[in-house]
Amino acid sequence: MIALEHVTIQAGDFLLRNIDLTVPAGSYAVLMGRTGAGKTTLLEAVCGLKRVVRGTIRLNGGEVSRLRPGERGIGYVPQDRALFQTMTVRAHLAFALVIRKAPREEVARRVTELAGLLGIEHLLDRHPHGLSGGEAQRVALGRALSARPNILCLDEPLSALDENTKTEIGALLRKVQQAAGLTVLQVTHNQAEAENLADHIFQLHNGRVERQT
Amino acid sequence: MTAEAGPPLPPLRCRPDWPFFAGLAVLSGVYVLFIVAMLAADLSFTSPRHLLRALASPEIRYAIKLSLISCSLTTLLSLWIAVPTGYLLSRHRFPGKRLMDAILDIPIVLPPLVIGLSLLILFQTPPGRALQQLVPVTYAIPSVILAQFAVACAFAVRTMLVTFDQISPRCEQVALTLGCNRSQAFWRVALPEARRGLLTAATLAWARALGEFGPILVFSGATRMRTEVLPTTVFLELSVGNIEAAVAVSLIMIAAALIVLTLARLFGLRAPLERVL
Repeated sequence: MIALEHVTIQAGDFLLRNIDLTVPAGSYAVLMGRTGAGKTTLLEAVCGLKRVVRGTIRLNGGEVSRLRPGERGIGYVPQDRALFQTMTVRAHLAFALVIRKAPREEVARRVTELAGLLGIEHLLDRHPHGLSGGEAQRVALGRALSARPNILCLDEPLSALDENTKTEIGALLRKVQQAAGLTVLQVTHNQAEAENLADHIFQLHNGRVERQT
Repeated sequence: MTAEAGPPLPPLRCRPDWPFFAGLAVLSGVYVLFIVAMLAADLSFTSPRHLLRALASPEIRYAIKLSLISCSLTTLLSLWIAVPTGYLLSRHRFPGKRLMDAILDIPIVLPPLVIGLSLLILFQTPPGRALQQLVPVTYAIPSVILAQFAVACAFAVRTMLVTFDQISPRCEQVALTLGCNRSQAFWRVALPEARRGLLTAATLAWARALGEFGPILVFSGATRMRTEVLPTTVFLELSVGNIEAAVAVSLIMIAAALIVLTLARLFGLRAPLERVL
């Protein structure tokens, strides 16, 4: 579950005041809003990348407002994917486990498992340069999932993809969410995309979050 | 009235592009020719005999050795300071940042002689004298490295700042969500991404250090077989009227700079992508 209670977030001169939002555990929620409404800022606050001035963020019941990003048990896919240009796809999928000093066999097992789930076995030894938009999105998703987070935060994951790839990645996101029982919070400004994917749709408008469905 | 109203404008006949490209080629070509002409003039002024004689001279061999060692040490010291300083300025906001940024440019804009003079005075202050009780600096080899470092490091800092500015902090943010602390995100993500800038900063620092003369003359003196680096040799040979030897040493410096710059570029272009994990 993701719960924001009276949260105020500051990012430079930008301020989001008194936000309340609850995403039930195991559900797929989409946060919509116009450009500049603060959707990404809110998502980054959930991830621990933006400072929460007041209020409480709870993830799966535990308060995380003061925890560092890596301590929150979340997976994060930013809008530009931010793949590591010096690393292979295999290294991306292994990254979170290597940081946790997981045994080699466990890392290799998890990499194979994720590559199979995301259909990127043939890309494992390639670098991000030259990957298609859909392939890059799969790698970014795999990297976010490698440490088995409970919560997945996605920032416009389908925005830069062609229609076929959008449908494909959308279906993959749903499959991954259901397979792992993840709570997903996705940001988008596309109504059709939200209706296709979401169990719950929220609107961020004039600094307030309203539940649409 | 709509924007579409009125007759369409006649198709535009674009002027040819060749004058533009010719302008680019002429201006850049003139500068390249200017540099080549200087090198050719140097070459025409010397002979292999002069070069061999210069290479056989113990003083010049000492100067070559000291130049190579001091430039390499200066490069390492410069990177050691430039990488964290560039990263700090690029990624963080803190009080006094603008002032710090301006101070870091001072060695670039100050006349080299002034840097040498400032170093000399610094080491005559009580803390400077106390340090010299432990390690002799002024007019000794450490002063050569320090004089080179004072200028070269500023260029390395500027290069690393621009490098980190061009790398999106988003990758480091993702690394944080994957379990890294700030230090791990820096070492595992930001620094490998900055590898080309690092190489450029190293090349620039090395080349600057090789050509440094003013601060060394004032702070280290021009003592043969002691604080003599290649630019000092050129100065000393010129001062006794031995122009052939000065030109021969200049050519050695040009060759060294060309080799390092070429290797750095080749290495930079062909370097295999580091496997961080």
